[in-house]
Amino acid sequence: MAVSPPAIEVSGLRKAYGGKTVLDGIDLSVPQGSIYALLGPNGAGKTTMVNILTTLLPADSGTARIMGDDVRRADRIRPLISVTGQFAAVDNLLTGEENLIMMANLYRLGRGRAKALAADLLEKFDLAAAGKARGATYSGGMRRRLDLAMTLVAEPRVIFLDEPTTGLDPRSRHAMWEIVRDLTGRGVTIFLTTQYLEEADQLADRIGVMDHGVLVAEGTADELKRRIPGGSVRLEFSAADQLAVAAGLVAEAERDPKALALRVPTDGGLRSLRTLLDRLDDAGVEVAKVSVLSADLDDVFLALTERSTAPTGRPAALAGQPTAQKEML
Amino acid sequence: MSASIAVRNSGTMLHRSLRHGVRFPMMLITGLVTPVILLLMFVYIFGGALGSGADGMPGGRSAYLDYIAPSMFLTTVCYGGGTTAVTVSVDMTQGIVNRFRTMPISQSALMAGHILGGVLRTLAAVGLIMAAAVGLGFRPHASAAQWAAAAGLLLVVTVGLTCLTIAFGAAAKSPGGANTAVLPLQILPLISSAFVATRTMPTPVRLFAEYQPFTPIINTLRGLLVGGPIGQDAWIAAAWCAGAALIGFTWSRRSFSRRR
Repeated sequence: MAVSPPAIEVSGLRKAYGGKTVLDGIDLSVPQGSIYALLGPNGAGKTTMVNILTTLLPADSGTARIMGDDVRRADRIRPLISVTGQFAAVDNLLTGEENLIMMANLYRLGRGRAKALAADLLEKFDLAAAGKARGATYSGGMRRRLDLAMTLVAEPRVIFLDEPTTGLDPRSRHAMWEIVRDLTGRGVTIFLTTQYLEEADQLADRIGVMDHGVLVAEGTADELKRRIPGGSVRLEFSAADQLAVAAGLVAEAERDPKALALRVPTDGGLRSLRTLLDRLDDAGVEVAKVSVLSADLDDVFLALTERSTAPTGRPAALAGQPTAQKEML
Repeated sequence: MSASIAVRNSGTMLHRSLRHGVRFPMMLITGLVTPVILLLMFVYIFGGALGSGADGMPGGRSAYLDYIAPSMFLTTVCYGGGTTAVTVSVDMTQGIVNRFRTMPISQSALMAGHILGGVLRTLAAVGLIMAAAVGLGFRPHASAAQWAAAAGLLLVVTVGLTCLTIAFGAAAKSPGGANTAVLPLQILPLISSAFVATRTMPTPVRLFAEYQPFTPIINTLRGLLVGGPIGQDAWIAAAWCAGAALIGFTWSRRSFSRRR
């Protein structure tokens, strides 16, 4: 027996629609039993990627393998995978229970098994009370849970979740995350796409950042965060002349004249912060407010995707507004 | 994919399609109630006038009922087709269709389920309109063999139109579009020998009426059930149905295998 192949292995994958390149040479590898998140803005090519990996769409060139089998062999791949699309793939006119039994029937599990499995999954996904209600009456969160329950009827080896929490409220989103985490406990591999950094950060073992059909970065959440060293300090002033003096003192700072603020890159250490503040103090500059911003995935994401969308020469790491103010001084 | 798997998958899809039929009240009304209302309207509103002495139709209201009952059976098939097109179109907009495409199941099962479900739904509606016609006093003098032939023709027409309307539904961009696409099928019977004899029409309309597909079908049905000349019409009717089935089936196959 050879070493078990990666759950997903993609190399040089390309796809274009009518002259427009959607995937421009993607390479990635997902080990069995892990969660991989493909993170990117709308139109990055995430769904096209999922469609190719799930046999819905042929690639123009390159190879993609699931558990060692080429995705072009749809008959070999389909028994291994399960997919939930960007819009919950449930039958609105059937009840939750009927949806699950239909799936079981399509997999030819036998009547008794189908009923028992449906009851079991409804229970597990907190849908037991809604089992007799039609899909159309379900809330967004319930639909996604039913969707995922249907995905599990066949006990797939690799599960594809295309934006599993788009449009969900925070509570339902957290509930989905719990469910997804539980799945990997059984050795299932999960490939998910998301526009939410937090989701990738929370769930994924590895994250691929995708933009304009290219993987612009790949790694664990921590590895990606490390690509933007340290964080920054934001200094706010009460008057424009104070800001001008401070900006003169700290060459590497980025000025925000409207907010009378400076953003200064830092390694986040106390020593460098003290040095900075001492320097301003010595010059008699009055700082109205100081906040320390630590780099998070948002910064990484914006840095990586801005670089390819807006080649204006703006410092990429500072392109977006800071999103997390982890410590207030 | 073995044949037995395909049959079992199609059975599951048929079950699904029949459930959809019952759970879509609007469609149930369009498919079942509209033809009955039309029948009542033609008999009790137009029947008195049209049945008394208008060209070649003596005998008043009850004779007119005999004249139009076979036409109403066909009209019911057309309305059933409208239901089928909209049902299929609604289904194709559901995410679940893409899920089916990624599953290790027979990929023609979904279409097979829709065709069988559409045919069964339409035949049920035809059964209902037949009962309604008999309830209003329709008393055909057909022999058992003629009844069987008429039923066979209705089945063939139903299969042909169901295949065609499934193609309309699968190709339409929205359920509204599907509904519009089948409108001609619901209007064409009016411009045929269904409700008045074609010879009473002005020449251009008459020519259109005589050569469009519904006229030979209606003439054959009427000939079988209440008497009247059939002649070539039976074969022309069969050819139209076969053509509709073939075009519908091929077109549906293409539409169903196309990803949206």
